[in-house]
Amino acid sequence: MISPEMIVYIAVGMFSLAILIAMIRFIKGPSVVDRVVAFDSLTITSLILISVIAALSNRMIYFDVAIVYGLLSFVGVIVVAKYIQKGL
Amino acid sequence: MEDTIKLIGAIMILMGSFSLLVAAIGLLRMPDVYNRVQTGTKASTLGAIMAFIGVGLFKYESWGDGNWLGRVIILIIFILLTNPVSSHVLMRAAYFMKVPLSKITKTDKLKEDIDNNVIKEPSNE
Repeated sequence: MISPEMIVYIAVGMFSLAILIAMIRFIKGPSVVDRVVAFDSLTITSLILISVIAALSNRMIYFDVAIVYGLLSFVGVIVVAKYIQKGL
Repeated sequence: MEDTIKLIGAIMILMGSFSLLVAAIGLLRMPDVYNRVQTGTKASTLGAIMAFIGVGLFKYESWGDGNWLGRVIILIIFILLTNPVSSHVLMRAAYFMKVPLSKITKTDKLKEDIDNNVIKEPSNE
């Protein structure tokens, strides 16, 4: 019998693998925009990882951390885009 | 009954993690920036929504205390609104920064529009 927790632990492993693969693009990326795209993908993956860990460990305060992190990453990507377009 | 809902939530988290893994592999394999942001944004938005619904179903027994479900819905709406906007702004900046397109690109509608004076290129002062 497979318990739901075991499936969630497998999913956490797959999230970590996705973070590792996106990290390769973050290091390799030829241009600045490649790195920002990889950073955006890393942010979303780690957002979900934080909320899954909050569900597993029964702490709702971690979920608020995920909400604030999402807000700040959106503002960060917009600021970088305006900066490389020389509009800032 | 509760166990079944928990199992459905766990399977949805697993499906979301698979979608995010596909997004990361696409980020590694695609030829230029524009293709990379296409896989990276679409697949990761889908995966994020599936995983957040899964988290909401997985915490089925504690919906009563502490408004767990409300926060999940706020996060889903937030990702659905901001993720396409940020990728669009980033790609527009990349195009006007003249990041090269890949060699196998067939059509470039934005270049046609700039040539026909429909859209003006922003001044780089």
